[in-house]
Amino acid sequence: MFDLALAAAAILCLSAVLAAIVARSDRLCLRVGTAGALLASALGAVGAAGALLAGEERSLHLRWPLPVGELHLGTDPLSSFFLLCIFTVSGLAAIYGAGYLPSHLGTRRLAPAVAFFNLLVAAMVLVVVARDGILLIVAWEIMSIASFFLVAFEHDRADVRRAAFTYLIASQLGVVFLFILFALLSRAAGSYDFDLLRATAASTSRLANAAFLLALVGFGTKAGFWPLHVWLPDAHPAAPSHVSALMSGVMIKMGIYGLLRTLLFLGPPPAWWGVVLVAIGAVSGILGVLQALAQHDLKRLLAYHSVENIGIIALGIGVGLLGQSHAQPAVAFLGFAGALLHVLNHGLFKTLLFQGAGSVLHATRTADLDSLGGLQRRMPTTGLTFLIGAAAICGLPPLNGFVSEWLVFVGALRGGASLPPAWALPSLVAVLALALIGGLAVACFVKAYGVVFLGEPRTPLPAPAHEPARAMRVAMILSSLLCVAIGLWPAGAVRLVAPAVALLGTPGSDASGTAAGLSAITSVAVVILASAAGLTLVRALLLRSRPVTRAATWGCGYAAPTPRMQYTAASFASTVLEPFAPVIYSKTHAEPPRGHFPTAARYEEHVGDMAGERILLPAYRRLLDLLGRARVLQQGRIQLYLAYIFITLIALLVWQLAGMRGR
Amino acid sequence: MSPPLALALHAALLAGLPPLMLGVIARTKAWAAGRRGPPLLQPYHDLARLLRKGAVYSRTTTAIFAAGPIVSLAALLTAGLLTPLATNHAPLGFMGDIVAFGCLLALARFMTMAAALDTGSSFEGLGASREATFSALTEPTLFLILAVLCLPAGSPSFEGAWNAVSWTAPGLARAPLLAAAAALFLVLLAENSRIPVDDPTTHLELTMIHEVMVLDHSGPDFAFILHAAALKLFLFGGLLIHAVLPFPGDPWAGLAILLAGQLALAVLVGTVESVMARLRLVQVPQFLIGGFAVAVVGLVAHFYRIGR
Repeated sequence: MFDLALAAAAILCLSAVLAAIVARSDRLCLRVGTAGALLASALGAVGAAGALLAGEERSLHLRWPLPVGELHLGTDPLSSFFLLCIFTVSGLAAIYGAGYLPSHLGTRRLAPAVAFFNLLVAAMVLVVVARDGILLIVAWEIMSIASFFLVAFEHDRADVRRAAFTYLIASQLGVVFLFILFALLSRAAGSYDFDLLRATAASTSRLANAAFLLALVGFGTKAGFWPLHVWLPDAHPAAPSHVSALMSGVMIKMGIYGLLRTLLFLGPPPAWWGVVLVAIGAVSGILGVLQALAQHDLKRLLAYHSVENIGIIALGIGVGLLGQSHAQPAVAFLGFAGALLHVLNHGLFKTLLFQGAGSVLHATRTADLDSLGGLQRRMPTTGLTFLIGAAAICGLPPLNGFVSEWLVFVGALRGGASLPPAWALPSLVAVLALALIGGLAVACFVKAYGVVFLGEPRTPLPAPAHEPARAMRVAMILSSLLCVAIGLWPAGAVRLVAPAVALLGTPGSDASGTAAGLSAITSVAVVILASAAGLTLVRALLLRSRPVTRAATWGCGYAAPTPRMQYTAASFASTVLEPFAPVIYSKTHAEPPRGHFPTAARYEEHVGDMAGERILLPAYRRLLDLLGRARVLQQGRIQLYLAYIFITLIALLVWQLAGMRGR
Repeated sequence: MSPPLALALHAALLAGLPPLMLGVIARTKAWAAGRRGPPLLQPYHDLARLLRKGAVYSRTTTAIFAAGPIVSLAALLTAGLLTPLATNHAPLGFMGDIVAFGCLLALARFMTMAAALDTGSSFEGLGASREATFSALTEPTLFLILAVLCLPAGSPSFEGAWNAVSWTAPGLARAPLLAAAAALFLVLLAENSRIPVDDPTTHLELTMIHEVMVLDHSGPDFAFILHAAALKLFLFGGLLIHAVLPFPGDPWAGLAILLAGQLALAVLVGTVESVMARLRLVQVPQFLIGGFAVAVVGLVAHFYRIGR
């Protein structure tokens, strides 16, 4: 089964090269790339699912020309699970891309978008099968660079270039911490090989703590933990929609994978790691969803929701660690299982939502919420699938988001009951954070779906909005079916994560209570659907012989309504955000109507990001000031530089001599 | 009682009793104001009348508008099957049902708000926005209350929580439960659009929350909405009554306790509505934070108790 995943990676690389070779013909290039991605995804997904169910563990050493590290590949349930996520999402994104990219025909070369897409998927596969620190960093860099070129696809736009460079700088800063992390670990183990790291690296708790914090920053930058997420809301909207789906759906999860993999090296976790992750999760989740609410651009809104969902995943891992550190296998199982399943679930519904956003953008040429409206009638398939994605991301039954949030919720509640009070409190904080995130997510997605798809268009649409190409519709329908399937059969989905959870070090998970709960969720889902169907039937029977008429919306006595009077995204969100004003960094410029016969009035709102503008930018400026002082050394005179070299040599000589004397 | 019979009784309660709550509340308010008020069974007449009517749909609306009331009522009925009524056991109850209960309420709310936005009316948008705000602020309180209720049992299910209450222990041992129940009453008022958060009988659209979201619904759709609203009140009532009154295993005795409790609760809600005015909208978050603070008192009491 592992061979299938490797074959898939080879097909991806090969098709990327082929696509680059035939770059002159855009259509052929797209066909080659898509065929490669689809074949690889199908093979890889089957292989990964098979490996998961069979509990396969493999290891493969290959020749490696570099002096450090080695080409050691392998798989275990954790890798297999992430492989499954990668291949599922990339397959869905590739189908969508086949329909989406032709809209750029004639304006841009498609080859970079096609070749780097396949390369990005291959790099992600390599990240999760790497069994060597150096190899992992190499794969990590290929992943970052391939995605940089994908973000920069529309590089003739200044905002896209800016977003792409912000992303590149952020990922390079993040990887510095990974270098330090693996250097530290390998110094203790004497090798970069994961097997040896796992056996020896956790020798001291100081080393383990340092490694944990380094992994948190290094991998957290990619995952988008608050406040390291600042690149994310710029980069995701700038990329083509299927790439946004791939990046948001799985690439940021590589950060989660890295964190979990590092945890495996570090031995039994102290409880405070769990508290740290719960805190990060709560802050990322709540601030992510609040920022999303404040956005005016559909794709930026979705990007901030990635921060929120990464927060939910972090909450799950935090609860899992709390349970593990206090030998509460049930709590640990529920937390880790919820976090891992949410990785898959978020991959599915976020892909679906970005696909929907792409279709809207494609049909109307704008993603500005306040100019849209009334698309449900014009694009019924897009509307319905987007609604399913919106309900799923809010954690509503009977869809998949509910299942993973239920697992984390139950884990946190049981943690609150069974852990000692000092550690039960963070567990309960996770419950409260999840509840607040859930409530705000509902507000945000009612806003997003309602403003874009319901009501009337707020501005005249540039063209009669239409359903997207068939490939795009197929991709959206497939994604939504997967969301429904996991919602209806959660026990099956949890069977896929259970082996990986067992690997994370939960001895004897309580399968019985959870299994009963999962089958009860199936019954809950069936009861909802059955009673909705029954009520629909009742309504149809009641209305059969009664007059059903259509009229204008009741305007409470006002006779001349216009579509501009509808609630907009900004007006909907302003009430919700009012109690949270201190943490939302928004500036408004308003010229209210004046006088008895008001003429023009204006209202503008700019939403910044507190993390960027209040934390990172000031810190960066201070750092720049500090480094500026070092300019004293740099006078631009060659004599001075020669003197520096001479002084350095003398110093080294003295040091060496002193060392010899000492011996 | 055999499971099928228990299920039938439970379903009959969900279908039949909720509108009575609204009748009792209206009667209490009328009595307090010195009026005769509508008959106790008026809500049933209203429902029957609406079910017999045709419907008018806005030309702006889509299928979402019609799906709103259906999905909301379906979600609340499902939540009803998770809530213990006459006994400590619910037909669909399971480990983790309290989470499903909260999420089903969210599903009902999601669809109601989407249906409101489907009309394109600025009034309904306003109602949806307010509902979204206040429910998001209520959600943590609701989950904190549910957590305090189920912490002693160690298992997040209603049945476990109610079975774990020791009714013979000294009253202080039930302090967390009582604080949670007090907070639950505040949440009940907020979630069910009662005074002081929302006024179900107000006649000015600008001041409404729940009523303004359903302005455009008519006929059977509106009947579904009315029943769903009554059902939500009934379910919160069921939780509150279980938190403050012991239920013997016998379903018929439990039924009597439930009925008496629900009637008393309806009178209490009617009394609150008679003696209080609606809060200004900007003060509603303060009210909700007050509810949260009461729930925190319950949590502190719980940890104090297990700490000793």
